[in-house]
Amino acid sequence: MKFMLMMHAPRGTGDWSVFKWPPEDLKAHINFMKRFGRELKDAGELVAAEGLAAPDQARVVRATKGGGPEVTDGPFPEAKEFLAGYWIVDVESPEQAYEIAARASAAPGPGGAPLNLRIEVREVMSAPAVDL
Amino acid sequence: MTAASLDFAGENLLRELAPQVLGAVIRRFRDFSSAEDAVQEALLAAAVQWPEEGVPDNPRGWLIQVAARRMTDQLRSELARRRRETVVMQYPPDQQVASGADPTSLAHFGSSFGGAGSGDETEQDDTLILLFMCCHPALTRPSAIALTLRAVGGLTTGEIANAFLVPEATMAQRISRAKQRIKTSGVPFRMPTAHERAECLDAVLHVLYLIFNEGYSSSIGPDLQRSDLANEAIRLTRAVHNLLPGVGEVAGLLALMLLTDARRLARTGPDGDLIPLTEQDRTLWDRNAIAEGVALITETLSKGSIGAYQLQAAVAAVHDEAARVEDTDWPQIVALYGLLKRMSDNPMVTLNHAIAVAMVNGGPAGLELLKALDADERVAGHYRLDAVRAHLLEMAGDHEAAIAHYQAAAGRTASIPERNYLTTQAARLTQLLDKK
Repeated sequence: MKFMLMMHAPRGTGDWSVFKWPPEDLKAHINFMKRFGRELKDAGELVAAEGLAAPDQARVVRATKGGGPEVTDGPFPEAKEFLAGYWIVDVESPEQAYEIAARASAAPGPGGAPLNLRIEVREVMSAPAVDL
Repeated sequence: MTAASLDFAGENLLRELAPQVLGAVIRRFRDFSSAEDAVQEALLAAAVQWPEEGVPDNPRGWLIQVAARRMTDQLRSELARRRRETVVMQYPPDQQVASGADPTSLAHFGSSFGGAGSGDETEQDDTLILLFMCCHPALTRPSAIALTLRAVGGLTTGEIANAFLVPEATMAQRISRAKQRIKTSGVPFRMPTAHERAECLDAVLHVLYLIFNEGYSSSIGPDLQRSDLANEAIRLTRAVHNLLPGVGEVAGLLALMLLTDARRLARTGPDGDLIPLTEQDRTLWDRNAIAEGVALITETLSKGSIGAYQLQAAVAAVHDEAARVEDTDWPQIVALYGLLKRMSDNPMVTLNHAIAVAMVNGGPAGLELLKALDADERVAGHYRLDAVRAHLLEMAGDHEAAIAHYQAAAGRTASIPERNYLTTQAARLTQLLDKK
């Protein structure tokens, strides 16, 4: 079973302002993420993972009547959280995906304290069952 | 200029030889993990060299030699004890024990097989032993599947990764962890004892069944690839059946696969949309596969043996023998599922039983049977229960309730073609209601 683990980070001037973190904490965070990715790969569970660019670079696109793109800043400036990155893992049960998500959620932040980020876990659609 | 590649027969030959070669190399070096790597390299070398230089006169010997050379290269730098074995390598297999060059290891293997290397029998035993190893209960199912496809099926890691839609590096890790696990669990390279055998064979059949399911359910249209998992599962199960022709459940599983796979072309539309059994164009069914499957299951059942795979194959045979959906012998299917229900406590069997009962006695009779499943936590929140209930409610004429269950099922399935099908069913009934 494949699951997408979407990591949501608080937005704006709140807790998530990595550029203001002490450099050693930032380094610890980056190292954690690298190690985490490697561990998933070594466990034979990693399908894909990407980090996304900062939310102030995000744009929302909608088709105009003519079909062309209408581009606005986004997503939703009032949103408190944004999608920071995702992993897709291939595991045997939802419980295993939850466990991996909890590990990601505990990524270290300022002072090395766990960030406890919100991770949305969604099953990836797959093939139909056999019609026996 | 493109590189020459092996034709179909060449590939088949390679993959048939793969487990035999691996068995021979493990026998000599007693290291499953490195032997498996060495055989993979030999297979790759053959895939490159044979198209250009022709298939050697003794392809099996060629592969063993190349794999053994890799092993030797690797081992030369290792322990002195290992070095002695590379000397033994230069003797033909049946002289190794007689020569006494390494009496401890080879004589030991010889005794556990009732004589070392007496041609065909040993080669065939090796295929079975490897299957038992790769499907060992100590491994997780995904690991067992990957390892079986590589070590016994002769597929490359890339092909296996492709079939399961994961990166090659991830699959490589999964395989290497599985091999590590075999090593640490101390699974021996020998035939399971009579005592272990039934459990081991169950595990092998289950892994083959899962490989088939994976391939059959994800395949769309007529595209056949080398790494087509349904074909691979059939090929491996056929091999096991040839080795153990008297075991009813092996024959039953092979028949089940053939009879199910026979409908492959008819079960998806041009865009991959799902076509249920009742609406399939039966002229697209593979007559040869059906004939083979029916003959196999008929013969097996006539011997008086009975098991879950055989009963499922019998059900598939009843469907496949009906030229039109209305010719289906539903009472026979009800009886078969009744037997199956007594043998296994699987809620999916109850679901199928309920459908068959509804076909014979009407929707309400089937719905009555479903009630028992509401308390069964294995299936209570499962989309299949909603889907079947929706279908039976529709049969019983309760369209409003049917729509609700079709929608619930659509929301719960993890399959896009299935979700599309279920959503369409709900929409169709909604339209009917609106027209009234």
